[in-house]
Formats: sequence, C-alpha cells, structure tokens
Amino acid sequence: MGKRTIVPFGPQHPALPEPVHLDLELDGETVVRAVPSIGYVHRGLEKLVETRDYQQMTYIMERVCGICSMGHGYGYVNAVEGLMGVEVPDRAKVLRVVFHELSRVHSHLLWLGLLADGMGFDSLFMQCWRIREKVLDVFETVTGGRVIVSYCRIGGVACDLTPEHISMILKVCDEVEKEMDWVRRVFFLDSSVRNRLIGVGQISKDEMVELCGVGPTARGSGVDNDARSADEAYQALGFEPILYDEGDCYARCKVRVDEVSQSIELIRKALGDLPEGEWRVPVKGNPPAGQFAFRVEQPRGEAYYYVKGNGTKFLDRARVRTPTNINIPTMTRMLQGCGMQDVSMIIITIDPCISCTER
Amino acid sequence: MSCTSKSPWILHYDASSCNGCDIEVLACLTPIYDAERFGVINTGDPKQADIFLITGAVNDQNKEVVRQLYDQMPEPKVVVAVGICACSGGIFRDCYNILGGADKVIPVDVYVPGCAARPESIIDGIVKGVAVLEEKRAKMEGEKRCSRSRGSRS
Amino acid sequence: MFQEQRFKKLSPEAVPGKAEELKAEGYRMVQICGITGEGSTELVYSFDKDHSLVNYNVTVPFGTVVKSITPTYWAAFVYENEIHDLFDVEFEDSQLDYKGNFFRTSTKTPWKGPEAKEAERWERER
Repeated sequence: MGKRTIVPFGPQHPALPEPVHLDLELDGETVVRAVPSIGYVHRGLEKLVETRDYQQMTYIMERVCGICSMGHGYGYVNAVEGLMGVEVPDRAKVLRVVFHELSRVHSHLLWLGLLADGMGFDSLFMQCWRIREKVLDVFETVTGGRVIVSYCRIGGVACDLTPEHISMILKVCDEVEKEMDWVRRVFFLDSSVRNRLIGVGQISKDEMVELCGVGPTARGSGVDNDARSADEAYQALGFEPILYDEGDCYARCKVRVDEVSQSIELIRKALGDLPEGEWRVPVKGNPPAGQFAFRVEQPRGEAYYYVKGNGTKFLDRARVRTPTNINIPTMTRMLQGCGMQDVSMIIITIDPCISCTER
Repeated sequence: MSCTSKSPWILHYDASSCNGCDIEVLACLTPIYDAERFGVINTGDPKQADIFLITGAVNDQNKEVVRQLYDQMPEPKVVVAVGICACSGGIFRDCYNILGGADKVIPVDVYVPGCAARPESIIDGIVKGVAVLEEKRAKMEGEKRCSRSRGSRS
Repeated sequence: MFQEQRFKKLSPEAVPGKAEELKAEGYRMVQICGITGEGSTELVYSFDKDHSLVNYNVTVPFGTVVKSITPTYWAAFVYENEIHDLFDVEFEDSQLDYKGNFFRTSTKTPWKGPEAKEAERWERER
C-alpha cells in the first residue's frame, strides 16, 4: 500500500455552489475514506421559535433554504395545521400541490444545470437555467417572489389562482415539456454525459436501504420511499414513483429528468379538476399542547417536520430534518473507492443542499 | 476605463445564506439576465477575482474562510454584499450563531438589499462595484507614481 | 390530509435494543430530534416502514449517557453528533464520533435547558 495523502475538499470549491468540507484520504488517486465536516452554514434558525410566534415562523421556515423554500413552507404549515386540527379547504390543498410540483420542476432544472456545469458542459448548463426561468416567471406573476414565494399560509394559501394565472401555468408547462424533449435527449444519449456518469458512484439497493437514503438518490438505486405515494392529494392524481435500478450517477440523473416530465403531468391533472370554493380559512387561537410529525417529499427527498406546542402562541420546538441531512452518510459511502476525478460528480448527484442540512 | 473594469471577474461565496441569493447570483450569469454580456465572468479562484460577491450573514465557523478568501484576492478588490443577510443579518439577525452581516468581518463597498436580492439589483450592485474598482485602481496607480518619483529623487 | 401520528415513550437504556428490533423488522431510521426541557433533554427517534411513521419520545436527564444507535443504523451519526454539539447529550460507542467538532457554534451547546446554563455560569463565577 502506498503512502496515504489527505486532500481537503472545499468549503470554497468551483464545483460547489455551497460550502461543505471533506477530508479525502487518498491512496494514489483512489479515495479510501471521506470524512464530511459541516457547520459552515449553521445559523440556528430553529431556535428562533422562542421569540417568533407560530405564524411568523412560517417565514423563517421558508428561509431554511432558498431552493426548496416552497417545500419547507408546505411541510411546516401542514405540521402546524395538524397540531391545531385545522381543516384546509380542498382548493388550497390542490393549489399547494401545483406550486410544490412547479418548485420541483425549477429545482430539478437547476440541478440538471449544475450537473452539466460540474462536468464542464457549459451550454447545457445555460439551456437548463434558461428553461427554469419560465417557472420563475410563474412564481413572480402569482406571488411576487422569484425564489422565496411565501405561498403557503397556515389555513390555506396566500392568494388564489385567477383564470389568467392558470392559462399561464399551462402554457409554461407546454413550453417546458417541449424543451425537455431536447434536454432529455442530451442527458440520455450524449456520449460526453454518458461517459462521465455511467458506473460512477455506484451504490446497491441493499446498501441504500442500510444507509436510509431518501429522494431521487434512493430512487436511482431502486428504493421506493417516496412520501408522495402515501399522500392523499397525490394519490388522487394517480402518482407513481419513478425508479431506476442501476444506482450510479447516471441513474440518479435519469430519475430527475423523468421527474420533471412527471411533475408537469401532475400539474396538468391538478389544474384540470381544480375544486371550486374557499382557498383559505381563518386560523384563530394558539397551537395546543401536543406534538405532530409530518413528512413531505421535497425535490431532494423526504423531509420530516416536527412541531411541539404548549398552548401559547410560541411553539416549544419546530424541527426540520431535511433530505440532504440523511443523504450525507450515503454520499460518504459512495465516495469510498471512487477516483479523485469523480468526487465532484458524486457530490453533485446527491443534490446536496447544505443550507437545508445545517439550518 | 482599464481592462479590469471592462471585464470584472467575480468570486462568489456562500457565508451561511439560505441559497436564495446564491441561485439568484447564478441566475445573473445565465440567459435572461446574462451579466456575461458586460464581460462579467464567474471564477472559482480568489486569486483571479476582482469582485467578491458575498451572500449570507457570516457565522462563527466560516468567518475565517471569508477572511482568507478576501486576503487571497489581489488589489484592487471590491466586496459586494448580496442580500439583506449579508447587509445586516436580515431575518437571521437574532440567531445565536450569526455575526450579523459581512461587514463584521471584511470591509464592504456595495450593499445590495433584498430577500432574495433580485438579479436586476445584483447586476446593478456589480456595476456600482466596477465604479469603485476603477476608483481604487486609479488611487493605487497614483500612489505608485508618487513612490516612483520619490524613489528617483533620493 | 392528516398523517398517522404514533408517539410512544421509551427509556434511554432501551434505545439501542429498540433500534435493533426495528431494524430486524425492516424499519428505516428517519431522524433523531432534540428538544430543550427542564433538567432534561427530550429526544425523538423516528422510524418508518412502508410510509408508516413511528416516533419514540426519550427523556434524557442531564448527565445521562445514551448508547449510540450507530452500530445498528450507521447513518445516525449525523444526528447524534449534532445533538451532542447543540444539546450536550453524550452518546457512547459511536461508530463515527466527531468529539464535539461537528458544529462550531459561537455559544457552546446553545440548546441546553435555561437552568443548566444558569448553573454553569454560577459554577464559573464561584
């Protein structure tokens, strides 16, 4: 065995949009062990629950992460509504699903762009981000915000969709779908993408179950723990999770490409029979003493929300466990035995969201 | 205008931001907003950067990283604080692990508010940063000329 | 859309045994969460099987050492190190122990109960 070298990776690295640090123990060019160290984005925002009431916490929770902002709002308000026993109108439920799926389209396109950027395929990166802007236009028109949309409120949603909004969303869906045909062809067939991804960072189904991985990372290894399958709102839309069995970076990429098209289908179906009526109910009083756990499938995987009330307007605890949090052990395992040149690809394919992880 | 101001290279670092501003910084560089048409190029290397775009309110663990990145940048350099968190701490001001703004650690030249800061305002911030960069460069050259003339006299 | 809520009580000593039992049944570890309490820290262990979630509330008095579940669920090291750094709960037999270097915070163990902070300060001043 040759001499082992320890190479620091990050926190500032051209391949990483976010700071994470890894100590890579190398034997020649092969990674023997990777030790992640995080904490560069730790803010401690869950502690703000002591000074902000449960309504104000919605805005804090949305800023756990700017990319999955919609998902965090969705999870938190559902958890609080569950604790308080608020019955949300059907229209609001469907509107939340529409926006959650739109945010999945934007998040996956963003990720596909970053993947292309990571492998030096700059024109593909630009194209993915160009398509993504169409979704952001919808957010901006309806809510006024581009990335932090603040659409979910406790008791419903911030605003109703007008017929013009709906026709705009459908138009954007058509446009994105048309563009995705081309994007899919490139990601699935282009030799430079295939050579870079196939067989890299392989992880078997058993290992994935062992490591408790979630989201597209797990679905790329054929593990189905998509929280949407258990969600009534999604069951009504005929949701089926997308699974690939290869377990390499390529499979994880394919899952996300397919999920964009799937989300567009779900949005169309949801808008097709949008229930009429109320879209927000007034919520009065304070959360009672008790605890409530809620799970939601975010673009990056399953997120877990936990709220504990004490009868006052301040919650005792609002906890969020984000998908990247549980995928970090998976990533550490994938990095063992890979070549130094594949490290950045493997890190990107779990779609790390560090600011989610550390809160 | 010097070559630097015609094509400023930027370095971006996320100092405990929520990602919202980070993706908007990237959105500036991609189609629709496309700051590259002004010659702005994103680099990962602090030693080649002229403008430091910093997002987030800086926490205890990354303040050293921020300082180090700043020190590695060659003179003249400009720091643009993007987003309300980098300006003053924003919504996270009261968090226990937050220092409350990039200017607690390094000198900031341009502040871009917003949560998340919009691409238009980020581009505006970069353009303002370029003006500051030009000013700093002119001052540096003036000093150099002064010291050179002093050197020849002695 | 109300998800099923199952919360059960568990003693700190029973944690590793329960984890092994659940692993054998095919449960997936979802998370471990810490909650600030008076004189104690409460931990919530969550596990999932076929989209059905089960949570265990474990009350850990200050100073009690909890046995790590990393020998069973290796991925739990993320949570255990986080809880160690933020709540000052000790875990023994961990497979990957950062020894308090996971999060570097400006205040030490910021989530620990208020009266514990008070006692510590009193101790220091004395």
